Amino acid sequence: MSDTNTTPVAFVRDAMLPEQAAPITAAGPLAWIKKNLFDGWFNSILTIVAIYFIYLIVSGAFPWFYNGVWTTDSLAECREILQGKTGGCFSVLTERWPQLLFGFKYPSEEYWRPTIAFFALFVAVAPVLFNKLPRKLLIVTAIFPFAAFWLIWGGSILVPIMVAVGLIVGYVVFTRLVYQSSAMGMIGGLVATVAVWMLGCYITDPLSGFLALEPVPSRDMGGFMLNFILGVTCVSLSLPLGILLALGRQSDMLIIKWICVVFIEFIRGVPLITLLFVANVVLGYFLPPGTNFDLILRVIIMITMFSAAYIAEVVRGGLAALPKGQAEAAGSLGLDYAQSMRLIILPQALKISIPGIVNVAVGLFKDTVLVSVISMFDLVGMIRGPILASTEWNGVYWELWLAAVLFFFPICYGISQYSQWLERQLATGHR
Amino acid sequence: MTTLSDPPKGGFRLSMLINDTRYRSYTFQFIALIALIAAFGYLGSNLVANLKAAGLNISYRFLGEPAGYDINQRLIEYTSQSTHLRAAMVGALNTLLVAVVACFFATIIGVIVGVLRLSKNWLVNKLMGVYVEIFRNVPVLIWILIIMAVFVAVLPQPREFRGDDATASMVLGSFAFTGRGFYFPKPVFGPGSMIVVLTFIASLVGIWGYRRYAKQQLFDHGRMVSTLWPSIGLFFVPTILMFFIMGQPITLDYPALKGFNFQGGIYARNSFIALTFALSIYTAAFIAENVRAGILAISTGQTEAAASLGLRPGRIMNLVILPQALRVIIPPLISQYLNITKNSSLAIAVGYMDITGTLGGITLNQTGRAIETVLLLMAFYLIISLSISAVMNVYNNSVKLKER
Repeated sequence: MSDTNTTPVAFVRDAMLPEQAAPITAAGPLAWIKKNLFDGWFNSILTIVAIYFIYLIVSGAFPWFYNGVWTTDSLAECREILQGKTGGCFSVLTERWPQLLFGFKYPSEEYWRPTIAFFALFVAVAPVLFNKLPRKLLIVTAIFPFAAFWLIWGGSILVPIMVAVGLIVGYVVFTRLVYQSSAMGMIGGLVATVAVWMLGCYITDPLSGFLALEPVPSRDMGGFMLNFILGVTCVSLSLPLGILLALGRQSDMLIIKWICVVFIEFIRGVPLITLLFVANVVLGYFLPPGTNFDLILRVIIMITMFSAAYIAEVVRGGLAALPKGQAEAAGSLGLDYAQSMRLIILPQALKISIPGIVNVAVGLFKDTVLVSVISMFDLVGMIRGPILASTEWNGVYWELWLAAVLFFFPICYGISQYSQWLERQLATGHR
Repeated sequence: MTTLSDPPKGGFRLSMLINDTRYRSYTFQFIALIALIAAFGYLGSNLVANLKAAGLNISYRFLGEPAGYDINQRLIEYTSQSTHLRAAMVGALNTLLVAVVACFFATIIGVIVGVLRLSKNWLVNKLMGVYVEIFRNVPVLIWILIIMAVFVAVLPQPREFRGDDATASMVLGSFAFTGRGFYFPKPVFGPGSMIVVLTFIASLVGIWGYRRYAKQQLFDHGRMVSTLWPSIGLFFVPTILMFFIMGQPITLDYPALKGFNFQGGIYARNSFIALTFALSIYTAAFIAENVRAGILAISTGQTEAAASLGLRPGRIMNLVILPQALRVIIPPLISQYLNITKNSSLAIAVGYMDITGTLGGITLNQTGRAIETVLLLMAFYLIISLSISAVMNVYNNSVKLKER
């Protein structure tokens, strides 16, 4: 028993060693670099190529920004200041800023009107985009289209008010009649609206000076404002139209189904440019002789039809994803077609199709620059036409196109990020 | 026992047309049909009245008349004395050329970027993300115009290649990249070259047959027959042998600087290059996202299961992952091809003479026949779109999951 200690043990540790930091190759920034950038020869080559590429861009762009000139009136003056150094002539942006935003014909003392409409747009759209905001803000959303029309186009405030009154009366009639039959409600509402509008003409014509802003004809609209007007108007108009087309395509009624199928496939099969040609040179032949539509209105009609066809396909995908049991359950509860669609099917189908709809909206907003091809002066039309063709700024490509990219990128990127966020919000875990 | 009451017989009342579900759909379809006919009738009568007022008529006779304008890039014979129809065909071929070349490059760039976005390399991953987001979120028209401006501004003009102190030089002595366009060597087919081409085609058939044979050996007898080296050998050896046997009938015509411009070789105008390049890198950003989504859609369980069966990584990719990923990738890929074809109509912005530029541009302006030209233009794009969707439907049916 006692001889356990006769042979002395060389060493027994009786205290814990203090913890050591992980080796530098296993944790910390160096390890991160090793793991993420130089993991194997192939990754190392990729990293070096990428770093060289970034260096090229930065070394090219930095002096260009750093030496940039912001306060001259023409390219010649700007070149004089730069004296051969690399540098951007950003003064084209400062000098032509209003033109880029509003076009070259919009009266400059009225710039505040579209500006207010622009900021009001965010207030109006916010409650639609974010469910958590107070529902009372939806009143702003309802008022916005009429207010924005009044602000941008000017004229008497009575015109948009009468349009709004007509819609309200139509809606009231609809809610009264819809309990008898959905079809009755629709027809009644439509008739009431049109009747109010016709009566309204007798009021607005003599009182055209009432609370009137200086009227601005649509051909004077231009710049980024035009892109925004086209984008916002066409997306909001094409949403209901697209839903109707999708429902029509799903319908059992053969004639209605085929009308919708032919319309959708035709529109989706041709490029937007040909539809804009139609708006520009063909549509006039199909209107009653003597009428003279605005070009901007014709373009809005064609772009709306275009995006409605795409939205219809997205919504059709959403409708097809719903199990058939939903419609059958709604029917067995005694709901008629309109009720089951409005209360059961569409809320679910639209939820599924939101990301697709947002994609269509982003695509449409990008496509609004195509109107520059039919010689409308939107952002691209302004840059290619009045600005690059002017004697002062002939030859300033990089600065202007960079500005164009910066106009579009944040908005389109923001919308697509919103769509991804919304998808996460709406995910209920079951489909 | 019959507690079921018979449906009310007879006594058809007019109100049943709107209240009875059996008849209501007929009512609605009837109303829709009437409305459609009325709308078409109204538009048609307007059209007739407007045409009468303008002293015009609908006629396609202008297609047979001489066009009277020149087209600077053409694949088939065309002079300014050729007909408008011929001009439209030149334009249509130019559209197809841009579309095919852009689809080819967009697929290559898109697949590479899509795979690199999944790379474990943080820097490359982020860089590709930036590329995809920037290109997806800015209109393609702006990219086309930017790239056109960059080509014209950055690339040297032909005169800079001249003299002893030339500031620019040709790449490998045979490619010239100038602000006016690119010049490539052009193959010239001499007598006897047909045999070389036929040999090449025959060796392609041979490769296909050999791979089939190898597959059959694997499936029937479990023997692995090497395919890589025999394929490469078949690809090069017979054609090169025949090339020398026939006495080198195919030669290259190099572009050379003569006077103020390059002569000889193949000349691709800057508008064509800019349009193709812009469409390729714009669409590649979308294709990259499709590829990424397709690869991510295959669950890691598939890889692990294949590995546990003892398959090597290359075979896992070829036999398990790719066949499943392609099912997800190809339908959106084909609709991207469709988008390229439709977006190629933006050629009009850089002055490339596609069908929108010839038929919908100059022909329309010269003859004033807006309705006819726009209808023809739409018909052309519609035919292409519908044929591509037909191909897609056939493909979708062939790869559909076979369920019981």
